[in-house]
Amino acid sequence: MTQSVIIEAPADGADVPVTASHPRVRWILLAAGLVAALALPWFLYPPVAMDIVALALFAIALDILLGYTGLLSFGHAAFWGSSAYVSGLIATHYGVPFPVAVVGGAVFAMILALPIGYVSVRRSGIYFAMVTLAFAQMVYFVGYQWSDLTGGENGLQGVPRSFFGLELVETDSFYFYYAALPILLFGMWAAWRIVHSPFGRVLVSIRDNTPRARALGYDVDKYKALAFVLSAGLTGLAGGVFAISHRFVALTELHWTTSGDVVLMTVLGGIGTLWGGIVGAFLNVTLADYLASSGFGGIDLITGSVFVLVVLLFRRGVWGTVRHQWNVRRLRRAAARRAAPSYSSPDRSSRHPASGEGTGR
Amino acid sequence: MLEVTGLSAWYGQARALHEVDVRVDEGEVVSLAGRNGAGKTTLVRCLIGLHQQASGTVRLHGRDITGLPAHSRARAGMGWVQDDRGIYASLTVEENLLLPPTVSDRAWTLARVYETFPVLAERRKAPGSTLSGGEQQMLAIARVLRTGARLLLMDEPSEGLAPVIVSRIAAIIRDIKATGAGVLLIEQNVKFAATVADRHYLLSQGRIVETLDNDEFRRREGDLLKYLGI
Repeated sequence: MTQSVIIEAPADGADVPVTASHPRVRWILLAAGLVAALALPWFLYPPVAMDIVALALFAIALDILLGYTGLLSFGHAAFWGSSAYVSGLIATHYGVPFPVAVVGGAVFAMILALPIGYVSVRRSGIYFAMVTLAFAQMVYFVGYQWSDLTGGENGLQGVPRSFFGLELVETDSFYFYYAALPILLFGMWAAWRIVHSPFGRVLVSIRDNTPRARALGYDVDKYKALAFVLSAGLTGLAGGVFAISHRFVALTELHWTTSGDVVLMTVLGGIGTLWGGIVGAFLNVTLADYLASSGFGGIDLITGSVFVLVVLLFRRGVWGTVRHQWNVRRLRRAAARRAAPSYSSPDRSSRHPASGEGTGR
Repeated sequence: MLEVTGLSAWYGQARALHEVDVRVDEGEVVSLAGRNGAGKTTLVRCLIGLHQQASGTVRLHGRDITGLPAHSRARAGMGWVQDDRGIYASLTVEENLLLPPTVSDRAWTLARVYETFPVLAERRKAPGSTLSGGEQQMLAIARVLRTGARLLLMDEPSEGLAPVIVSRIAAIIRDIKATGAGVLLIEQNVKFAATVADRHYLLSQGRIVETLDNDEFRRREGDLLKYLGI
């Protein structure tokens, strides 16, 4: 009896708890994640490993909006792609070390996100998604037409990978991975900080109950716009590294399918889990890579089917499901511990020893 | 402190409030009673700025806040304890308490909240979704006190709660009154309103039909119960 009550409780509304589950587990996971990030290019073709980490940051940046603010942006290719182009152009024309070019791209993405975010956050739900998509299409059009600058359909070719004259990094993708990894890890850390700051709690309060957040005294549109700009900035970091890693910027990076892919990765990993984006990016990239190398033509058919299956079977995404199962088990154990000494009073009051009150609401 | 004059509100073509005048002074608890559909909740939503289709003026502390959006009204000292309590299920009790911004120097510290609401101190790490109805109500009230709001709009705070919790909430409202804040209490529970309020407005079909002081209110309690249909 007691158990079922406690286990059901978090399923109500706390699908996405912001609080830490368990400090020790968290450290273990963090260490495991870092080891995995460092080991990745030993097991995978280094450029593929780089793609995974860059797309992981992309998905994490999107999750700040999708999972924590409740806004589905369907136009994040605008920030990913424009930062890729700007990073590539800076690297090409100024020959600066690539981190400088990447930061330049990210700053550009944030500047671009200011007007887009300002207008888009006035709407929510499907309208927000459509407005962001419309803006992204405009950016795509500019990238397509301004071929003197962007190379149009041919893309931006021969982007140099300058890094303080360190030839190994500049020529070998394996070493480049380790030079670029800190930028992306910084982005992930920043996303974590944003979500766990007082600002992040306000975002969650907007997601869960917008009128309430407004009545508490928060200018909801301003917070949403700021979240949008921050998300675009982190997306820009990822897009810049991606461009430098490939030494090439394709028009695809601005295409709406890129916006779709990142939503897919975020949902696959688990909305509102942040780290789910890593799982989503890993599955997406390795699956596509495996299928491509096996010579199979219908990659999208398989990745699409996987997506449908995951959404149908694990609504919380891969990471979200794992975390939920873990939380349920932990609560069950805690309940068992609490219930053991007080079996003499098998009523619900053991749940609220202080109030001694009935069901309430 | 709160002066509402000539407040009217509409939902499309339907008029929900007719030229309503309401006044709440400092350290005063005023109740607003009326049947379901009388316009109580509409009035609250107009005051906090979440209902836009309205005319008339709202003054808080002598300042005209009629044209201000909801978040600016909150910053001006308007606190809302909503009837569904609006607890954030995904935040813990303490995170709920840390969420609101401070709008005046009367803002309660966390220590003071925990002293007044020991239940919340005990459950500070618990997620909002696991609270009982009474605990949620305490948290909703405490959260508004954290902002330092000078005027509290409380929408049905006794609804669905056990008698022992209701009397605890009455005591808390009297404490709030003693700090000099004003309270506008939306209440269908006449007995509860009579134990805490100084004055009572009767709202019917969008109009204030009577203003009673508490003695008269108590004397006519039987009538009113019949009138409110409870």
